[in-house]
Formats: sequence, structure tokens, C-alpha cells
Amino acid sequence: MADLAMRATELVKWFGEGDAKTVAVRGVSFDANFGEMLYIVGPSGSGKTTLLSIISGILRPNEGTVSVEDEDIWNMKSDQLAEFRLNRVGFVFQDYHLFPRLTTVENVAIPLILKRLDWNKSMDEAMGFLEIVGLKDRARLPPVKLSGGEQQRVAIARAIASRPDILIFDEPTASLDGDTGRRIVDFVKKNILNEKRCIIIVTHDSRIFEYADRIMKMEDGRITGFEQGVGHEE
Amino acid sequence: MRGILKIAYKLLVNDKGKFAALLMGITFAVFLMVMMTSMFAGILHRSSATVLNIGAKVWVMDPAVNTPANSIPMPDYVLDAVRSINGVRYAVPLYSGGALVKLRSGVYQSVTVIGLDDSSLYGRPELIEGQIEDIYAENAFVVVKDAEFRKLGNPRVGTEFEVNDHRGVIVGIARVTTSGLFGVPTLYTTFNRAISYIPSTRFTTAFILIEPKSNEAVPSIKAQVKALGYEALTKDEFIQKTSNFYKYQTGVGTNVLIMTVISFIVGLSISGQTFYTFILENLEKFGALKAIGAKGKELVYMILFQATFTSLAGYGLGIGLASLLITVARLRLPSYAAMITFVNLGFAFVMVLVIAGISSYIGVRKVLRIEPFDIFRG
Repeated sequence: MADLAMRATELVKWFGEGDAKTVAVRGVSFDANFGEMLYIVGPSGSGKTTLLSIISGILRPNEGTVSVEDEDIWNMKSDQLAEFRLNRVGFVFQDYHLFPRLTTVENVAIPLILKRLDWNKSMDEAMGFLEIVGLKDRARLPPVKLSGGEQQRVAIARAIASRPDILIFDEPTASLDGDTGRRIVDFVKKNILNEKRCIIIVTHDSRIFEYADRIMKMEDGRITGFEQGVGHEE
Repeated sequence: MRGILKIAYKLLVNDKGKFAALLMGITFAVFLMVMMTSMFAGILHRSSATVLNIGAKVWVMDPAVNTPANSIPMPDYVLDAVRSINGVRYAVPLYSGGALVKLRSGVYQSVTVIGLDDSSLYGRPELIEGQIEDIYAENAFVVVKDAEFRKLGNPRVGTEFEVNDHRGVIVGIARVTTSGLFGVPTLYTTFNRAISYIPSTRFTTAFILIEPKSNEAVPSIKAQVKALGYEALTKDEFIQKTSNFYKYQTGVGTNVLIMTVISFIVGLSISGQTFYTFILENLEKFGALKAIGAKGKELVYMILFQATFTSLAGYGLGIGLASLLITVARLRLPSYAAMITFVNLGFAFVMVLVIAGISSYIGVRKVLRIEPFDIFRG
């Protein structure tokens, strides 16, 4: 049995009040395990992004718990939550959100600097992560000089820089062409995923479903089912 | 924390356009504020030139006198009465008045004539040419080598001129701490020569200069002079009174204040708006930092650092620019009255901190309100 990375229990999230109240997540419970690549899929407005934000410690749910190592992250104070996100979760945003005024290596080093690592040491370590994603030679360039696929890899390097055990990808292929998107996910599966790391990907791009270990389907804020992915290995 | 501030620094300075606009706004504001207040300080300083140059500890005058340039002559008995006050070591008369001199070239030039007490020459200036004793010679005058010196045709020892149909001879060239405000050269002579050469009113003593026996005696001297119906002021009090006159009764102070406030508002508008735009453009990035794990206070430090760094850099540039302009202006116009004082610098510094504070407050509010969830939503 795989080790449990995170457990979400009866999560409920709504926005607005009265007539304007919209329920985005309705009683969602699931586990995510180390060593697996879990996809959360569903049509627009199904609550995927809201769920992703709740489980990553960004958006407080109205009901339910998110447990990591038996601790409900939503019992943490805001600074503890920030520490949790910094040390345990790595984010790859849909639009990457790289800093255009910093060099590529400085972008990757941001989580290390936030962890109070010395500047030079942060840069050295960040260079190592850039090497993992194959962009060491692009280290001194600003991200705007890189292609979409390269920027995605820089975002991945930044996400893994703090050595998190949960990696969260929000629509990783949305800004990429089909081939590049597949290559990126393939790269992540082969080089970033390991038995001490859990990767959760929100997507509606069926072209990358083949890399999933498990696919969690959502609709109208509810889980409508789980599928064993093609990429699952017993 | 240094690493986070370094990121803040790079985010700021690598956005060259915005950074230049921010710097320009603050530099311009500081420059204007410092120029305004320096000109004012220069005017105030020069308005008290006679008091500073003579250097007497206590000055007796008519209570209606506001500045050393506008004296109301006092009867001779006042001098005798002051000399008899307990606590006065000695008291001497001072003549201060305007005259018209005719130069050898035939040109007429207004001058200020200071008549020093004949026996003591109390308040005499430091001579850079000639001997002070020569002031007792016939028709002798000492000329002050200040910004207005050239208006007398750059006289030398021995240069002759006419004053009210009397012959005048320069017997010495003096150096004083401060030039006068009104752009006219200054001549020193003895009290008796001054009142005999220059058309005078019935009373001739413009001021009485007192050397008190001790500083403790000053309050009692002031009280006794007041009982005579006159006013005794210490040097600092007289300078303050002169300053107050120019500040509050001439409109100069109000105008300078208005210009300074306008400079402040201009600087605040430019830098505040630019900084706000800078924050807005980076808002998503700050949100991403928050999502990654930056704490609220770390983002606040980043913004405070950016605002403070820009403000201090702009402050330095503004001061530098103002100093440069004043130096150049003085080279071209020796009588240019502007003076950078520590008070000016402190005032501009406080104003810059206010600009930084307001700019960063706007930014901090915006950044603290951004929800990392918005980053996911796009």
C-alpha cells in the first residue's frame, strides 16, 4: 500500500451569500499518495481549481479538513500555512508567473531565498535544479527570452527547488502546443515524480491523460468517479 | 531577509523605465523643496547680516525696529542711560544707514554705511588689506569685500570716491561672514564721521551695542532697557525677530511655503502614482510569491524597501542637483542668496519619508489584499 501524502475529507467551499451563493466544492473526500501522479479533471466550473487551492493551503474551506501527516493544515495560523506552502508544496501555475525582471536562475532560487538560504548558495542550488530541467545554459537569461516550453520547465524547477513532497500543477499544458505539453508531462513523470513525492495535476487536456496514475473526475463540485490511469504501474 | 530585499531591489531597478520615473519624481520634488527652503534660508541669513557681522551680544533699539536695515534713531540720553545699567560692561553707539557714493567713473552707487564707535571700534570687521587704525585717518572708509564689492569698481586701498560731497578714501578691505540682502556694498567708518558725512535726522544712534558683564546679567539689562521704553535683544533674538519679520510680515514666508507644498505634492503625485502602477503591474507576481510561501510581512518589507530605496536615492540626487545649481548660480551671480542648511536637509528628508510612507502604504494595502487564489483563477 502506498504512503499517504494528503487526505481531504468532506471539503465544502462556497462563495457569496444569499441568492449570490455559489457552491464550488460539495463534500469532496479523497486521498493522494506518494509516488503517484493524480489528475483532477472535469469541465470548466466543476470546482477543480477551488479544490486545488484548498488542498494546497491557499483557500480556506467552509467545511472539511485537509490532513498532511495527520495534521489539519487549516488549523494552522497564517504564517504556519505560509511555511507549509513553502516547505511542503510546490506550485506550477498555469501562466507560470515567472518574474520577468529576474534572471531564470534567480526565478528558480526564489523559494530557497524565502527559506532564508544565503544568496550565493541559493543560486548554486537553483543552478542544479535548472540542470535537472535541462536549462542550465539559459540561467542568466530573463524568462521572456525563453520559449513557452522552457518557461514551463523553469516553473517546474522553481516548484521543486524547495524539495516539496506535494507538487501541484494547474493546467500545465494550457499554454503549450500538444507535443510540447506531452513532452513536459513526460519529463515530469520520468524525472520529477518519485516515491517520496506526490504530483497533483488539474487539467482538462485529455492528450496527457496517458501519464496519470489515477484520474479523479469532478463535475459540479463533486467527485463523480476515479479511474486508474494508463500510466499506473502495479 | 537580505535575499528577499535583494529580490525586491532587482525587481525595482531592473524595471528601468519605472525606476527612472520614480527617481525623477522624487529627485524633482526634493530639488524644488530644497531650492525653495534654501533660498528662504539664504534670504533670512542675509537679512541679519549686520547683526552677524557686528557680533555684539546685546542690541538696544526702538521696539518698532524689525530688521537691522530699518533702524529708528534714538536720542543720545538712551546711550548714557544704558551705560549706567548695572551689568553692562560697556555700551557703544552704532550708526547704520544708507548713502549714495559717486565713484571716480562718475557712476553713483548706493551703499550701506556702518559707523563704529570712535573709541572702541566695537564690531569692527576683519581686515584682509590695510590696518584698522587707518580708519581714524581723514575721510577714511573700510570697504567690505563681499558679493557687492565689484559694484564699487573693485576698489583698492587708496581708491577715492565722493559721499555727499565729502571725499572718501578706502583705507582697508575687510572680510565679513555674511553679505547683505539688498545687493548694496558696505562701507565701515567711525560713528562721528558717519553722522557728519551722511545727512542725518535729529537723533543719530541707530543701535546701542552692549557687552554685558556676564550672560546672567542679560535678563536684568533687558528689563531695565524696557523700562526706558526701548528694547534690548540678544544677538539670537534679534536674528529671530528679523527672520519672523520676513517670514510673517512680508509674504516671502507664505510664498515659499506655498511653493514648498506644491513641490511636495508634485513629488508625491509623480512617485506615488508611479509606485502604485509598479505595484499594480507586479501584483500577480506578489500573489505568486504569497502562494509559494512568502509571508505577508516579507512582502511588506519588500515594498517598504523599494519605496525607501527609491526615496533615499531620489533624496540624494535632489540634494546633489540643488547643491550643484546653487554652486553654479553663485559662480555666475555672487549675490545669489541661497543656503542649504541642516534644517533644509532635515525638512526635505522628512518630506521624502512622508512620500515613501504614503507610496508604500498604497502598495502594501494592495499587496496584502491580493489572494493567492486569484493567481490560480487567472
